[in-house]
Amino acid sequence: MAAFYSLILVLLLSIAGYFGGSAAGTFFGIIIPYAAIAVFLVGLVYRILLWANTPVPFRITATCGQQKSLPWIQSNRLDNPASGTATVIRMALEVLLFRSLFRNTKAEIKDGPRLVFSERKFLWLAALAFHWTFLFILFRHLRFFLEPVPGCVLIAQELDGFFQIGTPILYMTDLIILAALAFLLIRRLADVQIRYISLFADYFALFLLLGLALSGVVLRYFIKTDISGIKELAMGLVTFSPAVPAGIHPIFFIHIFLLSILVAYFPFSKLMHMGGVFLSPTRNLANNNRTKRHINPWNHPVKVHTYEEWEEEFRDKIKAAGLPLEKV
Amino acid sequence: MSEETLSPEQLVQIDYTPSKKNWLDPTVEFRKGTYCYSGVAKHVKYLDLPNPREWQPTDSDWKLPPDWKQIILDGMKERLEKYRSFRLFMDICVRCGACADKCHFYVGSGDPKNMPVMRAELLRSVYRRYFTAAGKLGKLAGARDLDEGVLKEWFYYFYQCTECRRCSVFCPYGIDTAEITMIGRELLNLVGCNINWVIEPVSNCFRTGNHLGIQPHGFKDSMEFAAEDLEEITGIKIEPPINKKGAEILFIIPSADYFASPHYYTLLGYMLLFKEIGLDYTFSAFAGEGGNFGLFTSHEMIKRLNAKIYEEAKRLGVKWILGGECGHMWRVMHQYMDTMNGPADFLEEPVSPLTGTRFENALSTKMVHICEFTADLIKNNKLKIDASRNNHRKVTFHDSCNPARALGLFEEPRYILRKACNYFYEMPENTIREQTFCCGAGAGLGTDENLEMRMRGGFPRANAVKYVHDKYGVNLLSCICAIDKATLPTLMDYWVPGVEVGGVHELLANALVIEGERERTTDLRGDEMEQSGAETTDA
Amino acid sequence: MRDRSLIYLGLLVFLAVVTFPFTYNLAAGSGSMPDLEYPENETQCVESKEFMRSSHMQLLIDWREAMVRENVRTYTTGDDRNFNISLTNTCLAQCHTSKADFCDQCHSYAGVQEPYCWDCHIDPEQLERSAR
Repeated sequence: MAAFYSLILVLLLSIAGYFGGSAAGTFFGIIIPYAAIAVFLVGLVYRILLWANTPVPFRITATCGQQKSLPWIQSNRLDNPASGTATVIRMALEVLLFRSLFRNTKAEIKDGPRLVFSERKFLWLAALAFHWTFLFILFRHLRFFLEPVPGCVLIAQELDGFFQIGTPILYMTDLIILAALAFLLIRRLADVQIRYISLFADYFALFLLLGLALSGVVLRYFIKTDISGIKELAMGLVTFSPAVPAGIHPIFFIHIFLLSILVAYFPFSKLMHMGGVFLSPTRNLANNNRTKRHINPWNHPVKVHTYEEWEEEFRDKIKAAGLPLEKV
Repeated sequence: MSEETLSPEQLVQIDYTPSKKNWLDPTVEFRKGTYCYSGVAKHVKYLDLPNPREWQPTDSDWKLPPDWKQIILDGMKERLEKYRSFRLFMDICVRCGACADKCHFYVGSGDPKNMPVMRAELLRSVYRRYFTAAGKLGKLAGARDLDEGVLKEWFYYFYQCTECRRCSVFCPYGIDTAEITMIGRELLNLVGCNINWVIEPVSNCFRTGNHLGIQPHGFKDSMEFAAEDLEEITGIKIEPPINKKGAEILFIIPSADYFASPHYYTLLGYMLLFKEIGLDYTFSAFAGEGGNFGLFTSHEMIKRLNAKIYEEAKRLGVKWILGGECGHMWRVMHQYMDTMNGPADFLEEPVSPLTGTRFENALSTKMVHICEFTADLIKNNKLKIDASRNNHRKVTFHDSCNPARALGLFEEPRYILRKACNYFYEMPENTIREQTFCCGAGAGLGTDENLEMRMRGGFPRANAVKYVHDKYGVNLLSCICAIDKATLPTLMDYWVPGVEVGGVHELLANALVIEGERERTTDLRGDEMEQSGAETTDA
Repeated sequence: MRDRSLIYLGLLVFLAVVTFPFTYNLAAGSGSMPDLEYPENETQCVESKEFMRSSHMQLLIDWREAMVRENVRTYTTGDDRNFNISLTNTCLAQCHTSKADFCDQCHSYAGVQEPYCWDCHIDPEQLERSAR
């Protein structure tokens, strides 16, 4: 049901973009994108500041390898970092390569009973493929937002179209992102466990991204809309002299409207894992707990049972047992 | 088990198909064998915790305070402001499901709410409802009102998590379910919903200094009893030092070591080792508990109980602290003690009096793990070890959750075991080291009324033991955790009969050749050793 | 918090990256869409202006296929005008004599990948220049 509702919502948004764009180009091409960017920036900054200003009272590193202890025991610097540098490397592997997700296995009970573990790398692969291609596609899109277009952007798209298939040349990232998103969606729907835990928001993000990618693909390969017009619009936005040129295909308004929704929705959703992954205290702290004292900014005093109270309560018994007393 | 005891064959028939019902509608059934009894009023009261009363989870009326909802919501707000971990973990989960089958309780029960992601969602759904804008949309946003049904669900599932942190290893954002469960339990404690298996030890420990409530004279008796046993076995006379001022080292152990079996043999092991190397140390009857069930109650309670350690070290004027074999104790000592009750500037940097090794990884906290200490002794040839004395033991090693995932203490115990035992076998790699499976009864859940759940939760661990038992004839499961030693024997009897449970220092002491000892024919348990081909080797 | 400054720094870097298009264009003083030079001798291209703007590459590909594979040498437009199928002799020779002033204008503005037309065809202007 959640999947269905979110699909419907994304379809409705697309329809709104399609017809709205033709009827009210200024609203869908200028006002909404500006509003979305504003919401994104303000919302994201707010959320990050909220996290940043919430203290980390304890150093709760999750250690996934041998600690640094005795000099003759080889420690695992990447999975159990003891220094800042090693922690940065651990984080980099986490953020750039999704190292923890790479560990994924599947546990199944087979006859015997035997608990059997098997490799499950597809989630990791699809996640990695999606995130990297999405970043690459965003980077490629800079050709619409920068004038003159920097060489690196041109090189990126040349690489992406390396195989020179079709006209316009097919970007590999377009295929990969659609495949990865499709896998992630099908996995959510087909696996009963994952379907059980999936919420409206989970499907919504996926459908939004799929809609975004599909409308882009249609624009480039099928409609072949006039891209100089689109660049004009994009440039207008980024140079604060917005205008919507005539002749832009309505599908383009689906594309930009879904993007606006995604961007505006971002700070209020699970998509904030983009920033959150950097702040996770089980990953971004070195396991140097016993070497370096971690300070808790609110280390409230608590009621304790002191030695004096203890000795007072058990005085006779301590005495009888012949154990030393502080106050004889 | 419940009335009709489930056989292992029955228990393992697990249906992993989740119910069709929307999980946002709370359903919880307190079935015998799957939950723990409530905290007894006397103990709740002694600790000045809220709402002491007579009640049980099976009661329909939990006798909550009238404003309980507000108390919980205020408590959540306070914790969202105090713990970045909590706020972040509420916000960023994408429900990718990588954690699902990493939880021993999920593997063993098939209950979808035992998937770590769901355990967090139980709390997250309320967080969304009251602390986010989207939550006003209700179910569509995965939000729900806080009501008694939700609270009961929290109780059931937060006391069905052993805070082992295995799921956190696999989470792409390092979301730590232990953190969620700890906060969840703190919230439950605010309205007086706790379990007696946690609250009674906490109350005893607060008062007397150990979980069982053993008073100072009883403490002394236990230690002397152990010394007598040792004299009988080895012919060596030992006088256990207690509350000895000016000793070089304060030795902290979990109290189970002196009142429970098989922990007891590990205690004998420490005593024998320290006698052999002539260590100047002392036990403390006041700080007679390394274990800290505060960890299973609230952060505040951790601090209240843990305060005794540094206080006693200061009072006795020791140079540094040595800690025995215990799992969650080491999570507290390693990740909380210095922050909560430090700085320990009255202590000295730990240096082994025998080898001169400076324990640089303990420079600030000034507390060294016994396995680090002993591994260093062996490495520096300070011990004479006859590993053949353990030839009747085919040994495997269970990494306890906390030393594994809070410290990364993997090689030190293995080094000792390999030196002390000729037959050592590892369990499959998905079940050891950072991927180790919980005993199924940590975090205060090791009580008899919870037996079915313990057997379910312990299944993955037991199954890995069965593998090495079948393949190599493993008959001893060694570990460095007092809760393990208490709960694994039951688990082994159920799933892998024929495997005993023991400590690393028990095995070491079996093999330890002591100056002036009488010929050893039995190990510390009184079991016959194999007599053939006993060779003495210098480690 | 000791890590607060680090987080702020990270946030600033992120914001700088996200707002890069705004600052870049401000700094580059980016111009608007190029004005194309249209031929003086013709008012009407092969197809409508709108079609040509969005789909000229498809037309050229179709021409190539027709010419090379099917030996069709004449293209008849919707309004019954006939053209010799040839990029060099029709498009370039008759109207758009400068690749640099015509093709490249939009292509470089919109960052279009250099089309592979020029792997085979010769830009007449460049030929002239190199001949000189």
